[in-house]
Amino acid sequence: MADKPMNIFDISGRAMTAQLVRLNATASNMANAGTVSGSAATAYRAIRPVFQPVTEKPGVSTVNVQKIVSSDTPAVKRHDPGHPLADANGDVWESGVDSSAELVDMVEASRMYQNNVQVLNTAKSLLLETIRLGK
Amino acid sequence: MSIENELFGIHGKALALRSQRMSLLASNIANASTPGYKAQDIDFDKALKEATGDQGSVASALEKAMGYRVPVQPSENGNTVEMSTEQTLFSENAVKYRTTLSFLEGRVNTITRALKGE
Repeated sequence: MADKPMNIFDISGRAMTAQLVRLNATASNMANAGTVSGSAATAYRAIRPVFQPVTEKPGVSTVNVQKIVSSDTPAVKRHDPGHPLADANGDVWESGVDSSAELVDMVEASRMYQNNVQVLNTAKSLLLETIRLGK
Repeated sequence: MSIENELFGIHGKALALRSQRMSLLASNIANASTPGYKAQDIDFDKALKEATGDQGSVASALEKAMGYRVPVQPSENGNTVEMSTEQTLFSENAVKYRTTLSFLEGRVNTITRALKGE
């Protein structure tokens, strides 16, 4: 990417990839929202991508997923002695996922994705018109 | 004055600036959910004056007219991209790009007709 200048397709395309990673993370979190574990340490924690701007020159920058981190939402302890995964005290831990926060995140990611698609479409039609100039 | 300047006048530079501004606004939209990102834009009138002046170039005009957007409601994570503002400006810029393009098209048609001697 560094050897040739960044164009509008790189900018919006990479932003779409980043939003897709975010959407995948949200989907993983939602899928694990009700899972149960035998200890607090092994309980599922919500994962979240960390976005970082990639600037080529002032004003022209796209976005990159720098890393994916586990959130610190604590696992919920539940007393359920009949559960096969329960420990000596009869406790199990439910995954630390805030489903309403995940739902909000999902809607936002999909909206951002749509915005970038719109930008790409507009840019594409303008460029095609420019190519046809004088014909 | 180069041949390109004589042919297209102000519209050649205007199209280049519009195209650069489109990248700028696309960058803002792309970084709408990046914490700490500061939205940037150019003052188009200033940039155009700069680019069409003596010894003016598109690159230097962009540099001089660039600035940070002042957010209406700053967000908690330090990001200053406001989707409504960016989208409005992006579509405005797209319409104006089209306008400049139609001016250029008229110019190209005129020259072509003169060359053909119709």
